[in-house]
Amino acid sequence: MEEHDNKFQSRIDAGEFVEPKDSMPDAYRNHLIRQMSQHAHSEVIGMQPEGNWISRAPSLRAKQILLAKIQDEGGHGLYLYSAAETLGISRSEMIDQLQKGKAKYSNIFNYPALTWADIGAIGWLVDGAAIVNQISLQRTSYGPYSRAMLRICKEESFHQRQGYEIMAKMMKGTKEQQEMAQDAMNRWWWPALMMFGPHDSDSPHSSDAFRWKIKREGNDELRQKFIDKTVQQSEVIGLTIPDKELKWNEQKNIYDHGEINWDEFNQVIRGNGPCNKQRMEHHIKYHEEGAWVREAAEAFKNKKAKKENLINA
Amino acid sequence: MATDTQLDLWEVFIQPKSGNRYAHAGSIHASDKKMAIQNARDIYTRRGEGTSIWVVPSNCIIASDPNDEDMLFEPSNDKVYRHPTFYEMPEGAKNI
Repeated sequence: MEEHDNKFQSRIDAGEFVEPKDSMPDAYRNHLIRQMSQHAHSEVIGMQPEGNWISRAPSLRAKQILLAKIQDEGGHGLYLYSAAETLGISRSEMIDQLQKGKAKYSNIFNYPALTWADIGAIGWLVDGAAIVNQISLQRTSYGPYSRAMLRICKEESFHQRQGYEIMAKMMKGTKEQQEMAQDAMNRWWWPALMMFGPHDSDSPHSSDAFRWKIKREGNDELRQKFIDKTVQQSEVIGLTIPDKELKWNEQKNIYDHGEINWDEFNQVIRGNGPCNKQRMEHHIKYHEEGAWVREAAEAFKNKKAKKENLINA
Repeated sequence: MATDTQLDLWEVFIQPKSGNRYAHAGSIHASDKKMAIQNARDIYTRRGEGTSIWVVPSNCIIASDPNDEDMLFEPSNDKVYRHPTFYEMPEGAKNI
């Protein structure tokens, strides 16, 4: 067993990718199933806050863009479910774990999208933060996960840009529109920073993930990257980042920032965020209401197979 | 009683441009060939990534065992005479 693990580790250390049929330690497999299914669930649950605005998009252009973006999120969920299935877990098991609360999804989607500016903030900040994380995951050691990340990153940059465009437009609009954009910024900034997870020193799964090169950069490192590139973007359009301690640090060449409210983070993880209950009820409701479609497809397949058997007999 | 399943697993191969080889893009779920092509199109070609799609039921793909890598691929390493650079060409010969 130990010899097997050493051999695996030396493959990882040599920079090799791991493919579905390769032998791998159970802990590596389970770590990936947990991380990848959580990632897939996040993409799918993430469709809900935005879906809320399809019928109220302010123009046909905005509606088409939003529909395309939400369709992408569904697609990303499907890439990731497929990639996770190569590890031996079925789609049904993953959905079951989500619906029973055994598998998590990103905390960020437990916040509501209250105004149209929130759609801008979600694209710019939430997708922006996700991109920083996902670019890093392109080099993850599990082949199918890495390939899914490459495809997803190519598509995400449209998401971030459409969000930033919404914010920029509102900041050029009326005073009310500007206030609405700033209000969305104020509500989404901190939850976006929380998306990178706890400080590395408090992160329960970090050391294995680094050893196996599932993860290559720490939560704090990625969070800092996101802050450093977002500050300038917000200045350009005249938005204020809601952090009084945010300050350029000349020595370190980074922005120093205030402490994240980890109590809030933990509360939302435990299910006490503004929308946890609503998100899960919605997922279960439409999963159950869609059952007849899957059943009909199976019945149609079986009927056709029977017919073909009769012809071939 | 009908059973609620997540349908069958298919592998998707996409030809990016006319004349190119088909490359594996990922997998999808579908109950039959027609749905498989439609789902592959919706999931893997939203931005004109291809000119044509193949879908193959995943259980029809036979893969080599990664542990057999040495047995299967090692022998080609000692047959360097299969590569053109193995041969010595006379000084001055051109276009060869």
